[in-house]
Amino acid sequence: MSKMIFTADGVTKKFGGVTALDSVSMKIPKDSIFGLIGPNGAGKTTFFNTLTGLYQVDGGNFTFDDKPLNVKAPHEVAEVGIARTFQNIRLFGEMSVLENVMVGRHVRTKAGAFGAIFRPPSVRREEAETEARSRELLAYVGLERRAGEKSRTLAYGEQRRLEIARALATDPKLIALDEPAAGMNATETVELRKLIERIAKDGKTVLLIEHDMRLVMNVCHHIVVLDYGKKIADGTPAHIQKDAAVIKAYLGGAHGETK
Amino acid sequence: MNTLLQNKRNQIIAIIALGIFLLILPFLAGMIGQAWVRILNITLLYVMLALGLNVVVGVAGLLDLGYVAFYAVGAYTWSLLASQHFNLHYPFWVLLPLGAFLAALAGLMLGAPVLKLRGDYLAIVTLGFGEIIRILMNNLDKFSLPGSDTVYNLTNGPRGITGIDGLSFFGFKLRQGLEIFGLPITGLQLYYFVFLTITIFSVWMVYNLQHSRLGRAWQALREDEIAAKAMGINVRNVKLAAFAFGALTGGLAGGLFAAMQGFVSPESFGLLESVMILAMVVLGGMGHIPGVILGAVLLAAMPEVIRYVADERVQESVFGHVLIAPEVLRNLIFSLAMILIMLYMPRGLWPSPDRKAEALNSGAGK
Amino acid sequence: MSIDVLLQQIVNGLVVGSVYALVALGYTMVYGILQLINFAHGEIVMIGALSALFVTNALIAVGVPPALALVVAILAAMIICAIVGVSIERIAYRPLRNAPRLAPLITAIGVSIFLQQVAILVFGRNYFTFPEIISKAPIQIGAITVTMNEIVILITSVALMTGLLWLVNNTKIGTAMRATAENQKVAGLMGIDINKIIAITFAIGSGLGAVAGVMVASNYGQAHYYMGFMLGLKAFTAAVMGGIGNLWGAMVGGLILGLVENVGLIFVRGDYKDIFAFVVLVAVLIFRPQGLIGEKVAERA
Repeated sequence: MSKMIFTADGVTKKFGGVTALDSVSMKIPKDSIFGLIGPNGAGKTTFFNTLTGLYQVDGGNFTFDDKPLNVKAPHEVAEVGIARTFQNIRLFGEMSVLENVMVGRHVRTKAGAFGAIFRPPSVRREEAETEARSRELLAYVGLERRAGEKSRTLAYGEQRRLEIARALATDPKLIALDEPAAGMNATETVELRKLIERIAKDGKTVLLIEHDMRLVMNVCHHIVVLDYGKKIADGTPAHIQKDAAVIKAYLGGAHGETK
Repeated sequence: MNTLLQNKRNQIIAIIALGIFLLILPFLAGMIGQAWVRILNITLLYVMLALGLNVVVGVAGLLDLGYVAFYAVGAYTWSLLASQHFNLHYPFWVLLPLGAFLAALAGLMLGAPVLKLRGDYLAIVTLGFGEIIRILMNNLDKFSLPGSDTVYNLTNGPRGITGIDGLSFFGFKLRQGLEIFGLPITGLQLYYFVFLTITIFSVWMVYNLQHSRLGRAWQALREDEIAAKAMGINVRNVKLAAFAFGALTGGLAGGLFAAMQGFVSPESFGLLESVMILAMVVLGGMGHIPGVILGAVLLAAMPEVIRYVADERVQESVFGHVLIAPEVLRNLIFSLAMILIMLYMPRGLWPSPDRKAEALNSGAGK
Repeated sequence: MSIDVLLQQIVNGLVVGSVYALVALGYTMVYGILQLINFAHGEIVMIGALSALFVTNALIAVGVPPALALVVAILAAMIICAIVGVSIERIAYRPLRNAPRLAPLITAIGVSIFLQQVAILVFGRNYFTFPEIISKAPIQIGAITVTMNEIVILITSVALMTGLLWLVNNTKIGTAMRATAENQKVAGLMGIDINKIIAITFAIGSGLGAVAGVMVASNYGQAHYYMGFMLGLKAFTAAVMGGIGNLWGAMVGGLILGLVENVGLIFVRGDYKDIFAFVVLVAVLIFRPQGLIGEKVAERA
């Protein structure tokens, strides 16, 4: 368990005069469920966007899987083995549920334009594998029966799960979930929790950015708390729950939210 | 299970019926007049163009308002290298691929710098590109290189290029027509069969592309560029591929157009033509091949039908005099149809269904 | 090339550019609020020119002094165009606000073709001569030749643009317009009648387009049903070049386009004039994808 899949060292990001991330460091152990929490505007999503290549950092660095993580474009991130979901669901609405997951296989497959048109046996095999793997993943998140429907017709909770299946399709070593429980009811949240635990048990590291304190405290092995772009606490859920700075940030701040 | 079999049988029957219909269609049209066979052929070219643009606009979601430029590249490639103009007469198997290749190259050259632009900017840049090509065709009949007084005539300007070679296979010129078992087949009808074959080939290509790794990447990009990037899709390359493929199809259709008409001029490649092809894609149902074909057939045929119905003689016999010039009436009806269809069916006449066939890639690897 | 030729082309460019700028404002205002390329705007300009021409001729025919006739005709054209513009929005665009992005663009193209046909039916296909009411006799200022007509065009455009900027920045309606462009939903929650503001935007843009149409017609001495096409295309190019959605961008883009076209004439044959616009556009967009003055739209996750 002590092996680290991901480390951030002194990561800083500025927007104009505002320091959104101020020298943030953290270590994510392999195969763990790691929580990143903090009040609104604490810099969670900014951190997320820098690590997934959407923003370039102004300082500090990341390592991933024992190598320096040095991505210049968002599409390179999936390649190295980091997948993500989005806070406000970003599915490919006009595509079918199955096709959404198949898009996730893009980075692990090779067929080009020529293969697409003329379909030599190698491409047929790849397509069949892509489809089979995608159906497996749909079953994994419990959506196998919706495979043929356009993804925009799914219910909210189903869309969240589809996003997770799509992210898993890229064969990530680290899957980063951006507020997956947002907008979910209690039953859906419980299902989500089981899904997250299953993903970790199946040998993937989960980075969870969440508002739902109960979910985070129940599911995470390790938690980092951000406030105003700074790391204010780092430890196990039990430790975090007793941390004075965290309690102050959540209860004392005018922008806090607790559950 | 039984109904499934029946459905399958019905499908086969429908396909056979459609096939027979498409085979006898040029002869039915020929009975009214060869002009109608020409309309059929033009319609097939529009189907090809609409399919090509559909990949760019409908599948990949890149708004291209200058698509006709690629059609023009194909048409002029053929016209310049197979006509009296330079007295060059290359065969079709050189010219069709060359025209398609040059068009794709133009697409890549245009696409590389501008594809990172936001959608509407891309629209105006492609529109400008279309105009540039048209203006060049109009003016490259009298240019000289710097430091030289020799005046070159590349495109023959607005007069266009005449006397263009038609298609010929092993010395047999399609335009001559043919007689099989006493059944005369005119040149235009022969062109119809060539065009039909290539159109079917295009449908097959576009269908395969759309249901491939690349096609899914295009659609993902159309639906949500940021999510597509997060899935590891190299947006730039994938966009360029869409642009190049669209251009390729346009170039191919352009060569065929020149071969059939025997005459091309810049007038055939104006903005309105681009707009017309775009309208076919959108009115039919973006990204949905049957819809796009329907859109192309309707919009290509409708003006001709209206021309016939709104004919001055018809108006005279009904109203006693000509109320509206036929061409104006045709454009009025045409534009109103565009507006009304969009207002009442904003997803097009025949959009892709909400529930797709379950067996998406059935047959693949089985 | 002498400096005089250059100065002369700069003056010509400013005159044409100010017309482009007025038309570009119509595109950019609509785009700023609806993210829609109002393809029919060029036709609005054409309708403005033709209706002003016919009203002027009719008034002069019944003995109204030409100058008064022109003023009345411009006002009439502005009202006609505002009505047409608002009707187009109401009938063809409003029902499609939540439709797939390309749907309103296609109706806009349909409206554009439709208006051309209507213009043929109402006015005819001819090239109509615009009466020379403001003198086009050359006035020599140093080495430069201008006409009174050109001076009036320049002054009127500057006045109209200043007026528009004042309206947008200093009035209640202007504030509401800016709020609507910024975020329609929030503006609606703040009690702004979105539909009304959009209608006003179309009315103002169309009114400006009508004046621009009269300017073009008087400058070239003619008007016809197809004149809106190229003009609209160039003006839209100008709006994009400046940074679409931005009023200053439209004005600067229009002026630059006019200047580039006319100064470019010194170097390249006139046949290629229409290419400049697009070449410059492509060049600008490659180096500044957001346009000259446009704000950079950040990608948000």
